Formats: sequence, structure tokens, C-alpha cells
Amino acid sequence: MADSNDRVRAAHRILASATVLALSFSIAGAAPAAEPIKIGVIGEESAVAGASITKAAQMAQDDINAHGGVLGRQVEVVIYDDHSSAADAVRAFQRAVSEDKVSAVVASYISEVALAIEPWAARLHTPWITPGAASTDISKAVHDNYATNKYTFHGWLTSAFIAQSICDFEHDMLVTSSYKVKSTVVMSEDAAWTKPLDERFLDCLPKAGVKVLDHIRFNPDTTDFTPIFNKIEGEKPDVITTGISHVGVQPTVQWHDQRVPIGMVGQSSQATTSTFWKDTNGAAEGVITASAAAPGVALTPSTIAFTDAYQKRFGASPAYDGYTTYDEIHVIANAIKAAGGTDPDKIVDAMEKTHYTGTVGTIEFYGKDDLYTHAIKYGPGLVTGVVLQWQSGKQVTVWPRDKANGKIAFPATITSPK
Amino acid sequence: MTTLQILVDGFAISSLYALAAVGFTLIFGVSGVLNLAHGGIMLVAALVGWWVAGETPLGTYGGTLVGILAGLLTAYLTYFLVVRPIQRSKAIAQEEKEIFVLTGTLLWGIMIQTGMAYVFSDNPVTMRPLIPGVIAVMGVRTPINEVMIAVLCWVIIGLLWVLINRTPAGKQMLAASINPRGLTLLGFELSQIYFRVWTIYGVLAGVAGVLLASFLGVGTANAGQLTASAFSIVVLGGLGSVSGSLIAAYVVGYLETLTAYLIAPTLRPIPALILLVLVVYLRPQGLLGRR
Repeated sequence: MADSNDRVRAAHRILASATVLALSFSIAGAAPAAEPIKIGVIGEESAVAGASITKAAQMAQDDINAHGGVLGRQVEVVIYDDHSSAADAVRAFQRAVSEDKVSAVVASYISEVALAIEPWAARLHTPWITPGAASTDISKAVHDNYATNKYTFHGWLTSAFIAQSICDFEHDMLVTSSYKVKSTVVMSEDAAWTKPLDERFLDCLPKAGVKVLDHIRFNPDTTDFTPIFNKIEGEKPDVITTGISHVGVQPTVQWHDQRVPIGMVGQSSQATTSTFWKDTNGAAEGVITASAAAPGVALTPSTIAFTDAYQKRFGASPAYDGYTTYDEIHVIANAIKAAGGTDPDKIVDAMEKTHYTGTVGTIEFYGKDDLYTHAIKYGPGLVTGVVLQWQSGKQVTVWPRDKANGKIAFPATITSPK
Repeated sequence: MTTLQILVDGFAISSLYALAAVGFTLIFGVSGVLNLAHGGIMLVAALVGWWVAGETPLGTYGGTLVGILAGLLTAYLTYFLVVRPIQRSKAIAQEEKEIFVLTGTLLWGIMIQTGMAYVFSDNPVTMRPLIPGVIAVMGVRTPINEVMIAVLCWVIIGLLWVLINRTPAGKQMLAASINPRGLTLLGFELSQIYFRVWTIYGVLAGVAGVLLASFLGVGTANAGQLTASAFSIVVLGGLGSVSGSLIAAYVVGYLETLTAYLIAPTLRPIPALILLVLVVYLRPQGLLGRR
């Protein structure tokens, strides 16, 4: 089986690179003549979260150009598809820099991909930012080797902060409320981003008043989740704490179809986009996930305008990394403006001074001496993300309290938390 | 409790494996074709069924039917565009045709997978269960849909048995698998028999694809794995042996379920693969193979 899978993957990769080539040619051919400032955007078109990156980037490009561009020049995003492969992403990055001459890059929601790009950004001296990857190793590498890796920026909350926000949420809304949650089982997919996530979960959940009864990591290739839910149910936790991104639809539907009576709370990245309801035929009812922002909730003055425009243009709401991509193209454009040109070191200097209020909050980056150098700052007044719950086909924001537009409500089949 | 749980869960998944593998082994038995686009065909059925069920007024049942038809159509395409031209080619030496068919269907399967990922994204989809709700089977809370899938699989396998063993059309297929030359000498058109086998195969793969979509969910990334699991079952059971495949489907299904429950869900496919390697070493003809 492994053999046949490998062969399939190998051939898949060949097809994939051919598509990337064709795609980049067609985009290069359509470029306007007036020497625009180019920003490379590497997404994953066939994955829900990855497709949000390239869509949001186009919206940012159009908005910036509608406001006169940068330094009197138009901004042009050059789009690549890495097919969720680190090797393809590195190739796209190289091509973006050496052939398409981009000044900066926005790339990927996958931590493995981001970690593969990081050394290439160092070698090619190209500032770049990942709008959706979460592994703490990305910013740790910048901290440990600043001179080399300073070109890397981490534009979404690190796994540690995502876990922290979920702990804060559970504490505020489930432990100290009428739900009286006391215990949980952590269930997460085995991937680079969940290692630091789980570490923080195991540390901060007990501090939030939630005892961790078990910690289950599973292969993202898993298709049958019955044994996992079965085991969890046997341990009788008050709630399940999730860390899933590569998987989402299957565990959610099976959880629903098997009537697992325990609620799911945590980071479920696929549940952050509006198509999740349809993808799961409504099995998402009651699922709670952290996200960057949610439809209809004004985290900042520009959140709703962006969500509506995106919804209108693409027919679905952005995934969490759609919001961050949109903001971070602006962050890069502003840095180029402040740097007075496209010198990479000057762009990095300018990006370090970022104080930009976008759609997800106010974006600043941690400095050279902080633990998570160049990662987005977490905290009230900056970026905290939101926690939303699927209720009757709608994403209802339930945390933080001052941004919430609804109350937690579990379907009748869920008997815990109650 | 866990024992019962394993019995119940393992039965449903094994029945589905059996259904998917029976068509696969039938084609090999009758026409000597190992169709590596198998997962792709199940995928088309699942995705088209899901799409029709969600986007058109036909609903879940209509989607199921259209999905099965889409699977059948893809099987026909596989046969007429890939398999038959290779079988009829004069440029390819007779003894090399099997390997050409293998390569051809593998590439075709990748084309299907890539095309489907382009159209539907690689996000897994799940169809609404045909019958929602849960019941207790021996005290185990089981989705009714899962019970129905197991029953349906066995009804279809039963019908297939009747078709093969009790009807003239089926007996011709059986004969074709034993001695194709003798059959042509008796005046039967082999190509007609092949077409019939591919029709049966298309329906079986279509049903399996749609049912899998309503049971565990299917994504384009699963295509390779679906082919691989059908392939393992068929090799384990003995290439071309329908009853061998049925037994092997349950061996693999229960082995996987046992592993998932008792060791770790992550290691689910490993013991079955080890068993496969052992079979290839110690009993290459498989459990009930005749070669």
C-alpha cells in the first residue's frame, strides 16, 4: 500500500508542478506594463484554508490599488499553488524571487510548508510572512538565529497562543459558568503545529480549572474516528478539546452521526469557514472553534466590510487565514512605503515597527529579544482571535465576551457540557 | 463492551470493503485486468453523489442514484478509453499488455484524482446518511445508517452470487474466467462479456463509493488508499477469487478495527499490510487463489 501510495504521490507531484508552471505563465502574461510592486502569494487551492489565502490576497491588491497603490506604483500579487507540498512551496518561492522578482511573499497555512520556506527566505533575502501556519518553531528559529532568519514573519497566532486562547475561553465560558466543566480529553492530529499546541494545552487547561484525563494524537490520514470517540466517551470527560486543521469534516460528521454525547471545543480550522456547514451537512451544529474573526462581528472597524466584500465576491466567508492574509498584504505594502522602496532589509526593519489595525485586530510583531520573534502579538487590544460556535447554520461568536453576539448552546444530543 | 464494539464496527467496514473488492476481483478474474483506477471510480461516485444531493432538488436518494450512475460511467470510460485500446493494440506485445494496463489505469486514476481535486477541492465530503439516527446493536450505540450499509452490501453480494451462478449471462462470465478461448470457440463474443463485467463492476464501485461517503466520508486524497486496500484484499483473498476476497475483506476489516481499538488508531492499516507481505511470501496464491 505504501508503495502504491508513493507512486501515486510521485506522479501527482509531476502533474502538480506542471500546473504551477502553467499557472505562473498565465499570470505573468497578464501583468500590466507599468512596473508594479510584486508580492508573491503561495496558497493551497484545493484546501479550504489554503484557498482563502489567494482569494484574500487578490482583494487586498485591488483595495491597495484603488487607493493609489504604493509609492505611486501598483501592487501586483503573483499567485502560486503549492498543492500542500513543502517541496512545491519551496520551488514556488524560488521562482517568485528569482524569476518573477517579487519583493515579498505571503505563504501557506501549513506549518510544515512554512518551516521549509524559512531557510530559503534566509538564503534569498526575501521578507515573507505566513498568514496561517501556527508552529512555534517558526518564530523560535528567528529568535535563535536572528541575523539569518529575520526575513521570516509569523502572521498568525503561534500554536501556544491559540492553545492559550482556548484555555482562556474554557475558563471564562465553561468552567466559571453554569456548565461547570471540570475535565477534558485533548484530541489532536499529529502535525508540526499541534506539538506546541498540545504542550500548552496540557499546561494551561489544568490552570484554567480543567483536568486533562487523556491526550490522544492521531494520524491526519485517519478516516474512521469511531475508536477514538469511543475511547474518549469511556473516559467520561465533560468536554473534548480539539486541535485539528488537516482533518475536520470527517471527525465532525462521524461525531454527529454516532451521536457522541460530548461537545467539541478547540481549534478546528476547517470549521472557521462558512462552507463547513454544507460540507458536513449540518453535522457542525454545536461545534466550537477558535478563529481569527467571524462574520458579523466588528473586531475592528474594517472587519465587517471585508467579510461582506469577500462573501459577495467569492460566495463564502473567509477562513481564518483569509482575514490575516488581507491584513498582511497591507502590512507589507505599508512597510514598503515606509522603507521608501523594496530593499529587503529595510522592509524587514519597517515590518518590525508595524502597528496596523486590520480586520483581526491591531497587528504588532514580537521583537528580537522576545521568545517568539516576529510572531504576531497576542493579547487584549492587539490580536486575541475569537471563539465561535456553529448554531443552525450560522457562526455565532461566543468569546471574548465584549465581542460575542450570541450565547453558547449545544444541540439536544449533547449531554455534556450541560 | 469493547469486544462488542469491535464486532459491530468491524462488521460494517468489512462489508463495505467486501463490496468494493468483489468488483475489483471480478474484473481480474474474467478479463485479467488489475484496475488501479479503482479508488478514482469510487471517488467520482462519492463526489458526484454528494454534489447532487447537496446542490440539486434530487436530495440524498437522488444523489445516491446519480452518484452510482457516475461511477458506472467512469468505469465505462476507464474500459473504453484506457483498457480496451491497450488490449487491442497491435503495437504492444501480448505478454506486456498486463503491465501496460496496470500503468494505464494507474495514470488514469491519478488524472481522475487530480481532476476531482480541481473541481471539488481535496476537502473530504460526507453524504447525509440515507437513514439518520442511532440504535443499540448488542448494546452498542450504532448509527442506523451503518447497519443499513452492512445489510445493503450483503444483499448486493447475494444478488451478484445469484447472477453469476444461476443465470446464463453469469455462467458465461464464469466460463470466460476459466477458459476464454473455449468460450470464443463456442461462438460467444468476449467483448460483450467484458462489457457486462465492467457494467457490474461500475455499479459495485459506484455503490461502494456512495456508501463510503455516507459512512466515513471520502476525499480526493483517499483515492490511492482505496485502490490499495482493494488491492490488498484481493491479493490476500487470492487474485480472481470472489469468495477469497469476501473472506479477506473481513480479515482486513477486523484486523484494522482491532488495531484501531486495542493498539492505536494511527496504526490502523499496518497489521493488514504485514499480513499481506507474509501472504505474498508464504502463500502467493492467496487464501483461496487458484494460480
